[in-house]
Amino acid sequence: MLDLAYDPPAPKVIQGALHDWELVIGMEVHAQVASKAKLFSGASTQFGAEPNSNVAFVDAGMPGMLPVINEGCVALAVKTGLGLKAQINLVSAFDRKNYFYPDLPQGYQISQLYHPIVGEGEVLVEMGGGLARRVRIERIHLEQDAGKSIHDMDPHMSFVDLNRTGVALMEIVSRPDLRGPDEAAAYVSKLRQILRYLGTCDGNMQNGNLRADVNVSVCRPGDYERYWETQDFAHLGTRCEIKNMNSLRFIQAAIDYEARRQIGILEDGGSVVQETRLYDPDRGETRSMRSKEEAHDYRYFPCPDLLPLEIEQAWVDDIAAAMPELPDAKKARFIAEFGLSDYDAGVLTADVENAAYFEAVAQGRDGKMAANWVINELFGRLKREDHTIAESPVSPAQLGGIVDLIQAGDISGKIAKDLFEIVYAEGGDPAEIVEARGMRQVTDTGAIEAAVDAVIAANPAQVEKARANPKLAGWFVGQVMKATGGKANPKAVNEIVTAKLGL
Amino acid sequence: MTALNALTVAAARDGLRAGEFTAAELTEACLTAIDAAGALNAVVHPTPDIARDHAAAADARLKDADAPALTGIPLGIKDLFCTRHVASQAGSRILEGFRPEYESTVTRQLWESGAVMLGKLNMDEFAMGSSNETSTYGPVTNPWRRGNDDTALTPGGSSGGSAAAVAADLCLAATGTDTGGSIRQPAAFVGITGLKPTYGRCSRWGIVAFASSLDQAGPMTKDVRDAAILLTAMAGHDPLDSTSADLAVPDFEAMLTGDIRGKVIGIPREYRMEGMPQEIEDLWTRGREMLADAGAEMRDITLPHTKYALPAYYVIAPAEASSNLARYDGVRYGHRARLGQGDGVTEMYEKTRAEGFGAEVKRRVMIGTYVLSAGFYDAYYNRARKVRTLIKRDFERVFDDGINAILTPATPSAAFELGRISDDPVEMYLNDVFTVTVNLAGLPGIAVPAGLDRQGLPLGLQLIGRPWEEGDLLNTAYALERAAGYVEKPAKWW
Repeated sequence: MLDLAYDPPAPKVIQGALHDWELVIGMEVHAQVASKAKLFSGASTQFGAEPNSNVAFVDAGMPGMLPVINEGCVALAVKTGLGLKAQINLVSAFDRKNYFYPDLPQGYQISQLYHPIVGEGEVLVEMGGGLARRVRIERIHLEQDAGKSIHDMDPHMSFVDLNRTGVALMEIVSRPDLRGPDEAAAYVSKLRQILRYLGTCDGNMQNGNLRADVNVSVCRPGDYERYWETQDFAHLGTRCEIKNMNSLRFIQAAIDYEARRQIGILEDGGSVVQETRLYDPDRGETRSMRSKEEAHDYRYFPCPDLLPLEIEQAWVDDIAAAMPELPDAKKARFIAEFGLSDYDAGVLTADVENAAYFEAVAQGRDGKMAANWVINELFGRLKREDHTIAESPVSPAQLGGIVDLIQAGDISGKIAKDLFEIVYAEGGDPAEIVEARGMRQVTDTGAIEAAVDAVIAANPAQVEKARANPKLAGWFVGQVMKATGGKANPKAVNEIVTAKLGL
Repeated sequence: MTALNALTVAAARDGLRAGEFTAAELTEACLTAIDAAGALNAVVHPTPDIARDHAAAADARLKDADAPALTGIPLGIKDLFCTRHVASQAGSRILEGFRPEYESTVTRQLWESGAVMLGKLNMDEFAMGSSNETSTYGPVTNPWRRGNDDTALTPGGSSGGSAAAVAADLCLAATGTDTGGSIRQPAAFVGITGLKPTYGRCSRWGIVAFASSLDQAGPMTKDVRDAAILLTAMAGHDPLDSTSADLAVPDFEAMLTGDIRGKVIGIPREYRMEGMPQEIEDLWTRGREMLADAGAEMRDITLPHTKYALPAYYVIAPAEASSNLARYDGVRYGHRARLGQGDGVTEMYEKTRAEGFGAEVKRRVMIGTYVLSAGFYDAYYNRARKVRTLIKRDFERVFDDGINAILTPATPSAAFELGRISDDPVEMYLNDVFTVTVNLAGLPGIAVPAGLDRQGLPLGLQLIGRPWEEGDLLNTAYALERAAGYVEKPAKWW
């Protein structure tokens, strides 16, 4: 396998006032299942609907209403588990997590504490330069999202929107295997990439469809290795959990701040208090939300409204058989099949839609040239205009058509860039545009020879100089290109000029 | 001729079909009886308009010969069932003003079978109680009295309103729910038949939850045949209730042959309780003889974990209740406390729940919260779940040994005075001693009236059946009913 070639990156070391410290980070990523209906009701999950319009009776906690599991959500959780090379538990069960809050109408969240649907798996997080962190996944469980409390609409009242209540989440729990803020961000990014490849979560962090609780602790060099050998958490520091992060940038900043805060406490002779903290991006700091003493007693117990969830191996096998190609495999294939560099393959496979676009362009064409055009011209242009690949005005067929014209020698690279601009701005079939606008490059050697002869005849002094200094032949090429309106094949011009000047 | 409201479901059905009377007449007879029975406090939300509409529709269907089983049969509905646009309060102040936008599956099926809705019936608050004294509407009074003694007696609970309404002929039959004995104990206290089906036989969708793994709806009727008729209409798989069983519903009435020759009836020795009144003991013996005379084989059996059932029940049921009742917070429906200056969300919860819930509900919410809390979960809740498994195995073993049904007393006493033990929760909980095992094991159980005590109060026997074999259980109960020849009714004083 390709990933065997990676070495683990060095952990981030923070120099304290007294000595060095290392970071230990574990994550709970909440990914909204890409289902049109909620986990236990038929209500829609559409984002941005009128407040309290996507609410079934059971979502609102009406008396006597009962949950019924949405099979589609289960299938997507299984698919996610398979994508993370994880164990699929054929029997899992739902538990109630009890607490009071107005945006939790039932007074409990249905989750899977004791028997999650997905067990241990792993994610390979590439850090560049041949380094990658192998992050162990402890479990993935299905649970209900809560609603939204709105406290800033009225000075005296709070409002509740239940549209999100009961939407299916996958909580993806990692082991404390991440060793720095950059690794943590790269891990979330890699998870997001895999989920989007699988189509099990849209990964939209801005809308909160992917968010992370980050557990941070610090330890002295050597402690983590002792933990690793024994799997005994006693070797690690006390952790704090930073809740509800939905930006990669903030995740890094919050971890960095939190680690330094803990180091400061420890070096002053204090001890870190296990607690839940919130990151304030305006102030760039974390602050305490509730301490362990104030922590809720969630009184988990098996949800008596739901029977244990039993799935069949054959059903799992069907899902496995329909799995899409995942990022690591696709990247390896792009390198092998299209001769791409590791970097280009990484760029093109970062997003599943980008990869699909590239592959449509590259199919039956020069892979490197296709990669070049997709990455440098198309991505560059889209980025300048803040467009996504889905919004690209140039289709893969159009871009492929441009590449075809270059490969056939019909247009030069320079003309091709002009052509790309035309297609981008106006649309149309590249070959037809080239014909209609006379952009085809001149490959007729007779015509080129005539043009070269004319330039040589008109500039005898330059001919002398060039014969003495062959580097000046380029001037003649330029004159010929100018005379032909850029349409002459540069390679042919070069050869003929060299021959005619007798160089 | 018997007053129309005193008819059984079967007799009324046949009379309606024969054109002897109309559904409208039958319904008016019940509405009149309800109007005259205020003293019983059994009917808390009468729905005469709906009743008359239903009756008119029923008469039209009867005329067109398009009449399903229960066409024109007036029923009372326990307040625990959500009934569309009709007050559904579960006997609690916290659901004051709540009128659901939906109809429970069981009541929907009853209306689809042509039944007529008379109104909602009193009950213990959230079905927590054995005497109907925890109701926000006040207690129900048992239509039975001890001879000429006018001391008010309890009809039992939690389905006390259903029991009293059927016994007093305010309706032809009623729905009840049974979490630890809430159908069978009140049925025994008023001398009617009460059936708790196998867990999963009737949908729980739309029934206000008390303890979800134990709750089960069932019929409360004037005789066994009526229980069979009602169960056929109430039962059935419901995709909206994940715990409802995907099994065909037989015509239970057609299974009533009265022939129980060769059936093996178990007599569990653990149900012979210390201090049990001799009259209960004697009734049990008589029940044994009656079944033996009908051709069944009597066999002594042991259900060794019976003594742990009541404590396990009073851990599991409150645990589930503490979670199920968390939704009553004053945010979306029902009662919300008036808030004071500076009160926040915590005060809203505290005041709303303090005002909305009665003492027994609060007690059980607190017990349930305690047994689920960190540090106590294993000692209480988990241990109770293990006991539950053992109790279930006790039954499985005797059924595997060829037992068809188990005969026990239904209650440890006859109906007692209102107020006598309402301040003693433990004594109150002991009322469930013969019935909770059936809920913990998910089995069907039926209480059948079998005689009167010396003071003239009805006493019942309980038959416990194999899971999903309600047809067989009803037939055994039918044989017992015929042998007992119980026909007594309370003397009308209200």
